[in-house]
Order: sequence, then structure tokens, then C-alpha cells
Amino acid sequence: MNISYDEKDKLLCFEITEEIDHHGSEKIRRQADNEIERYIPKRVIFDFDKVTFMDSAGIGMLIGRYKIVKMLGGCVEMINVKPNIRKIFEMSGIPKIIKIS
Amino acid sequence: MKGKYDNEMNLEIPSKSCNEAFARVTVAAFVSQLDPTIEEIADIKTAVSEAVTNSIIHGYEDTEGIIKINCKIEGKTIIVEISDTGKGIENVDIAREPLYTTKAELERSGMGFTIMESFMDELYIESILGLGTKVTMTKTIKENT
Repeated sequence: MNISYDEKDKLLCFEITEEIDHHGSEKIRRQADNEIERYIPKRVIFDFDKVTFMDSAGIGMLIGRYKIVKMLGGCVEMINVKPNIRKIFEMSGIPKIIKIS
Repeated sequence: MKGKYDNEMNLEIPSKSCNEAFARVTVAAFVSQLDPTIEEIADIKTAVSEAVTNSIIHGYEDTEGIIKINCKIEGKTIIVEISDTGKGIENVDIAREPLYTTKAELERSGMGFTIMESFMDELYIESILGLGTKVTMTKTIKENT
């Protein structure tokens, strides 16, 4: 996962590069939570451009980060979500709470 | 000599989370002989990943056990059986309900069976408490012109 932070906009961006399953999501979760607690960002973007696979582990991982960021007063967005991954998010109702652009 | 099926493959793996990717990629490679679309392959990989993850997290609850994967091809249909000898499911009907999970603390979404059901054509779950669970999924690959 590539991580970048823009201090001016308080924008934290996670470019996920690993496959998001039960195995991969543990690592993403740990890393993301560390950075979120360090910066207390206003905006968090998850970039899915390099994600080739995701199963339901991605749903839990996203909702978990959304709850933490929201509690700290920020918002979460997802970008570059491919159709096969969007399909899984839509089944779970996630797009109702997290914006996909 | 021809068996009951056109082709068959068996895989046995220990219930380690790093084997989730190995299992789904292996099944996808086996299915590729039916000339599926990229979308069909993605659906099968996701369904296999859900079933294998269930065996690891719920069946064996992160202790080590063996997960058996049996794939059969009959015509244009793939039949995937994924079984464990773990703790079994108390109530399969409840477990199948969307968003039902017993592992919310692990951030599990409760969407595993729902995904298997909607990404494959058929899903059968047999489970006996204390003996294990077997998930059977089928999908017919469409003729691509």
C-alpha cells in the first residue's frame, strides 16, 4: 500500500496495491489505522486503481476505517473502483455511506 | 477411459490465510479450460475465496486443519466442493442471511454466503456440528461468441 498525506488539505490517501482478502486486509487495516491515528485527517481516500481482487473482507475493512475516520471528524471516499469490485460494494450497501467517485 | 466427469481436480491445503489466494487462483486456472469470460473468472475466484475464508475463520477458528477442494467439470459446468472437518455451523439458514456474522470483532461483514450465492448459479451447504462443513457451488460457463 502506498500512503501519501497532504498537510494543507489534511488529506490522507491510501493507494492499495495488494489483493483484498481476509489475509491481505489485516495488513491494510493495521497500516491504515496507524496513519489515521497519526494525522487525524479531514479526508481519507482509498484508491483502488491497483486492486486486482477483492472479496467480502474488503467490505468489513472499509466500514471499519469509515467508523474510525468519522469518529475523528473526517470523511472517506473511494476512487478508481473497477466494476467487479463495485459489484461487491453495491451488494453490501456501502455506496450509501461512502462516496465512490 | 472416461470417468463420470469430463475432468476433475483435487486440492488439499492447510487452513492458513496465505492459502486463500492460492486456492482461488488454482480453481480459476482449472476453470480456464472452459474458456470463461474475465467476469466469470472473477466471480468464481471471489466465491472460492469466501468459502475457503469461512473454513479458516469459522470452521477451524484459526487452528490448523485441512481444507479439501474438489473441482469437477461436466460439459460447460464447473462444480466446486470446499470442505473442512471443523466445528460446523449451528444453523445454516441463519448463517446464509445477508449481514449475519458471528465474527463482527474481526470486521467480518456477514456477506460471504450471499456473495457465493449471487456469483455462482447454485450453492448447497451441508454442515454437521462438530464434524465440519461442505459447500458445493456450481456455475455454467456461457457460450462466448
